Amino acid sequence: MILTQQLILGVLVGGLYGLAAAGLSLTFGVLRVLNVAHGELLMLGGYGTFWLFALWQIDPFLSLLGVGPALFVLGLVLYWMLFQFVVKAHEEARIKNSLLIGFGLTLVFHTLAIRLWTADERAVTTDYAGAVVKIGVFTVPLVRLSSLVLAFAILTALHLFLAKARWGRAIRATAEDWEAAALMGIPVGRTYLLAFALGTALAGIAGGLVSVSYSISPSIGIEWTLKALIVVVLAGLGSLFGSFAGGILLGLAEATSVVFLGGPYREVVGLVLFLIVLLVRPQGLFGDRG
Amino acid sequence: MLEVERLEVSYGALAALHGVSLTIRPGETVALVGPNGAGKSTLLKTIVGLLVPRAGVIRWEGIPVSAEPPHRIIERGVALVPEGRRLFARMTVRENLELGAFAKRAQRERRAQLERVYTIFPRLLERERQLAGSLSGGEQQMLALGRALMGLPRLLLLDEPSLGLAPRVVESIFSVLAELHREGMSLFIVEQNVQAVLTLAQRAYILEGGRIVGEGEGQRLLQDDHVRAAYLGPLARGASS
Repeated sequence: MILTQQLILGVLVGGLYGLAAAGLSLTFGVLRVLNVAHGELLMLGGYGTFWLFALWQIDPFLSLLGVGPALFVLGLVLYWMLFQFVVKAHEEARIKNSLLIGFGLTLVFHTLAIRLWTADERAVTTDYAGAVVKIGVFTVPLVRLSSLVLAFAILTALHLFLAKARWGRAIRATAEDWEAAALMGIPVGRTYLLAFALGTALAGIAGGLVSVSYSISPSIGIEWTLKALIVVVLAGLGSLFGSFAGGILLGLAEATSVVFLGGPYREVVGLVLFLIVLLVRPQGLFGDRG
Repeated sequence: MLEVERLEVSYGALAALHGVSLTIRPGETVALVGPNGAGKSTLLKTIVGLLVPRAGVIRWEGIPVSAEPPHRIIERGVALVPEGRRLFARMTVRENLELGAFAKRAQRERRAQLERVYTIFPRLLERERQLAGSLSGGEQQMLALGRALMGLPRLLLLDEPSLGLAPRVVESIFSVLAELHREGMSLFIVEQNVQAVLTLAQRAYILEGGRIVGEGEGQRLLQDDHVRAAYLGPLARGASS
């Protein structure tokens, strides 16, 4: 019974892992750069939601409509200032250079957040924060359930965009073979820009949901980067729903470990999964790239 | 229509093209033959902007385009069917074709052009919903050619369109190319199948070691001793004797 209750909570947090990972997977899959500052962007999105609520009592779910686009713009700026120079390099060099830039950004955003907002842990506490849905003997926190549903809805919308829209298809084509995409008349630089900004917006939205469902502090960035990385390796590249499923899998694995091994092992289980998948199935559970 | 003047291209320190000059006139079919590693693919990639020349000029209808990115050059009416086809294997046949019409100029005409491509290659219509990666080699080449046609090119560049295909498929691809030529499209074809391409082309250039070492009418080059010895091989000599 404790296990089931934990598993429910595991699914709920897993949806957010999935959302965080989807953004990282998008930038990695399309630009072949690894943005280790992804979690910092998530942290910024969390603070955006938090301050909008703290200062003007704007409902955190509503404020996503502002935080998402704001982070999208931040993504445009970061790409234009930094990452556009990385994607001009060959593929191996891209990863290395993006790691350097990502770690640099991590330090900058982390320090900036401590200076501006102190190292305190914060959370958005709405009137409905304590509301729960009862299913038999189990309780499901309403806010976390809404976050999960919203995360799924956002990924579905993005999936439809990538599947149907002209620029969505351009992003997929570029991810598969950028030279061939260029031969179709697709401005590859602009698809990189768009994919990066979308990835950043996803991080920001995930951060907003984290700030309502859990808590944020300047140091959560690196934790969420790690979670997202584990999920990307777990799920493999190429599918948003794969990322979502991978996130939920990680949430379930963590929940199981909490019940059987105790809380401290929560962080270990993800890394163990990470290693096992890399050894046994390096393309990830749902990945289609060899 | 297309003028290439003293083009120099290098990969890092390695020079690939040394002062290549050539011309393609409107409506003309031109072949480019030469041994492996001569720089044929390099030349095609440079024309569409995937490679940036170290020196020299490429002019499209009088305008220098050698500094432009590929999507600008494609927008001007050039298309390349690359070596190895480079299809989007995880997308459907239909999606591949629609991506071929990404350029603004082609967007407007894409419905009519899709019909046309399906008329030329009915097989693609049958396989419309299949993933490009699941097609046979011949169907993939049809898709690669159809996808390039979706961009409404006035100059079509082809890199080894017959590579790895069965003779019957090669024949049907070449008959489509002949039809496109009759309709007034300019073609520039890199091809190992020298016999077939020189029969189709009005003119041909011979590229060896990054330099143009010969030029002439297709039919005349077919009779040329050097060409026969180097590219048509003992089989052709046997056939003529």
